[in-house]
Amino acid sequence: MNLVASSSVSWKSNSNNSDRVEKNEFPAGLRVLVVDDDPTCLRILEKMLRNCHYEVTKSNRAEIALSMLRENRNGFDIVISDVHMPDMDGFKLLEHVGLEMDLPVIMMSADDSKDVVMKGVTHGACDYLIKPVRIEALKNIWQHVIRKKKHEWKDKDFEQSTIVEDGDQHQKPPEDVDYSSSANEGNWKSSKRRKEEEDETEERDDTSTLKKPRVVWSVELHQQFVQAVNQLGIDKAVPKKILELMNVPGLTRENVASHLQKYRLYLRRLSGVSQHQNGLNDSFMGHPEAAYGTMTSFSGLELQALAATGQLPAQSLATFQAAALGRSATKSAISMPLVDQRNLFSFENPKLRYPEGQQQLNNSNKQINLLHGIPTTMEPKQLADLHQSSQSFVAMNMQGNARMQQNNALLMHMSQQQQKQPSRGQMLNESSNGQVSQPPLSMPQPLSSNGIPAAILSRNGIVDNVRGPVYNPVSPASSMVDFSLNQTTELQNSFPLVSSNSGMSTLTSKRLLPEEVNSDIKGSRGFPVGYDIFEELHQQKSQDWGIQNVGSAFGASDHSGIPGTLDVSPSMLVQQGISSMKKNGQNGNSPMGGPQLNLFSGGNLLTVKAEQLPDTSYQSNLFLEQFGQDDLMSAILKQQESVGEVETEFGFDGYPPLDNLPV
Amino acid sequence: MESQKKRQAAYMKKNLLDQGYLDEQFAHLEELQDDANPNFVEEVVKSFYTDSARFIRNIEVALENGPYDFTKLDNMMYQFKGSSSSIGARRVKRQCSMFQECCYAKNIEGCRNTFQGVKQEYATLKTKLETYFQVSPSLNNSNKHLYATTLFVCLNIFSKKLFQAKLL
Repeated sequence: MNLVASSSVSWKSNSNNSDRVEKNEFPAGLRVLVVDDDPTCLRILEKMLRNCHYEVTKSNRAEIALSMLRENRNGFDIVISDVHMPDMDGFKLLEHVGLEMDLPVIMMSADDSKDVVMKGVTHGACDYLIKPVRIEALKNIWQHVIRKKKHEWKDKDFEQSTIVEDGDQHQKPPEDVDYSSSANEGNWKSSKRRKEEEDETEERDDTSTLKKPRVVWSVELHQQFVQAVNQLGIDKAVPKKILELMNVPGLTRENVASHLQKYRLYLRRLSGVSQHQNGLNDSFMGHPEAAYGTMTSFSGLELQALAATGQLPAQSLATFQAAALGRSATKSAISMPLVDQRNLFSFENPKLRYPEGQQQLNNSNKQINLLHGIPTTMEPKQLADLHQSSQSFVAMNMQGNARMQQNNALLMHMSQQQQKQPSRGQMLNESSNGQVSQPPLSMPQPLSSNGIPAAILSRNGIVDNVRGPVYNPVSPASSMVDFSLNQTTELQNSFPLVSSNSGMSTLTSKRLLPEEVNSDIKGSRGFPVGYDIFEELHQQKSQDWGIQNVGSAFGASDHSGIPGTLDVSPSMLVQQGISSMKKNGQNGNSPMGGPQLNLFSGGNLLTVKAEQLPDTSYQSNLFLEQFGQDDLMSAILKQQESVGEVETEFGFDGYPPLDNLPV
Repeated sequence: MESQKKRQAAYMKKNLLDQGYLDEQFAHLEELQDDANPNFVEEVVKSFYTDSARFIRNIEVALENGPYDFTKLDNMMYQFKGSSSSIGARRVKRQCSMFQECCYAKNIEGCRNTFQGVKQEYATLKTKLETYFQVSPSLNNSNKHLYATTLFVCLNIFSKKLFQAKLL
């Protein structure tokens, strides 16, 4: 049965809770949103929560719950969600809620195995309940609400002092110009300190006394935020500077500071999670940096390639790229995704061919022909061709629009930023000039290591991640691809794609698994990082649309309603092309990437490719990477756009190199 | 009358618990019942049987022809098992676990056999609970009971008054 939110929820401001607390009614009236696909469980939980005198809203669909939360940002105090849900993985929902609404989320499951519980912890769940849930366990959930609010205030205070210091530093020097150097220092420091204290006190008073309305971190806002952060560099990003860069009226440093903290935690989690990938669909968050770099470059390029081949809807490609970019390049801009989006649109036709190509996976030649630049089977010479095709693809992308170039530039930029990680950084090193074609073109080199995927990755510049040894950091694009690929390989068998660091890739690859498709897709959605990046890159509405579509496509994939395009990209890349490809039809996640991954892992690009690299898999790899990001983005974008477009978005417009791949 | 029914209901419930058909989760559900929802448990059980029927169907279909996707079977059973455990259906839950073990071992015959066991326990419990709800004090029952009691009391008072008045 479909349970829609009951009418118990009313729009209330946060002051309600404080009022309740003051009146000693608390925790009565706590507004709980409970999400579970099992109607029996849902009903029981609702009764239990009502018996605790809480205000209960129930939903058996995660999507509906999320939209309810978005419409009514201050309408709920806490969310309780099941882990295993058909339409969206509970952990993805957890991610979204944490990032967008910052509400405490409690996970529930009949599964009490340690790794699942750990997953809940790493994704930020404030509690984990084992089913069947007892009322005693629900009686105390209010503590999580209080705790979270308390931490928020603490963070704000902390940030305030930090901001104050920054401000002081800016303000002080000019004032002390007249003083002698030594005197300056002394005076400056003391006055600075004094001022800081004063400011801190004042600000603290202001913040604590004022009832600030909660800032809604919309997709655009978050995009701006991530852009600013990337511009400054994640290490140097301080709230004051971010605020200045963002230039959003009405936004305070405290808002930025707390959001920055969350963002950092998110990134950290991504990198931490990537190490616990096994079997974690949501592990796409892997290493934030790695994931970002790889994903971004990977997704962008792959998307383009895929899009070119018509496999992925342009939009999805863009989304992918955005997602990938966001994830892989924590620091880099999201330009890539934007570019990809463009490509996605332009390459819708090729995308359609993808499914066909998949079937011919074994026929590398055919596949190559089918897929613009996506080599179906990787053979030595194909690898070389791949480079070329990727290059051409890149070129194609570039031609597409200036955006693409921008994106590429961003991607490159991102990859550069990622240089921190050996595998990743390389992607875009060469693309500093922002020309898309350049970085991707450099891919050919990486191909050597991982074969086709490498090529694509090389464009991203994250080549070496894929299999480590296989990919040379050489090509920026490839590094990304590799990275994603590598990461997938790390993932369980299901995702041969890439076991590289990028959590994203692993996540995406995980998604590829047929069984996990739904969960994967969800996972990708749950990739806030990618989301952020994606949003940033989303400079154009169309792109947003694309991204959204892609995102939704992913989500849709869970529903097996996804058009072939979606399926094509991510899944293909990940798993064994053929079998997965067939499965891909339903979900973009199909493990197409598998064959590719094997390739990469083998490090012998040529060899591997010949055996497996189906075009689809390659695409799917890219797709997968992006999927995670796309999911995030789509989730975000969805708010703005209809979901219908999702399916189409998955084009791999941004998958430039594929075109060049020789058949 | 009422107390007799109550005793009967308590006896049945004890039996169900002792024989392992139900576990303490069922008792917890009954504790949730209040005046506002006096038939809560019965409603939940009814909706459980309605909603879980599709799981049974789906698993049955999946067990018919190969190729057998054991992961999918396991997932379906996992969901069904979670649902069953939420109403305290202990024996059903145990059968589900056995089925899942066969899935893990990729033993299709074992899956079929244990699935038969699941269906059997599922049906048996349904019958037993239906009987139980007939005797347990529920809204419907208590309404009727209340009605009858009220009527009886009124008649009592009336007859007393009549008696006092002289007639009796």
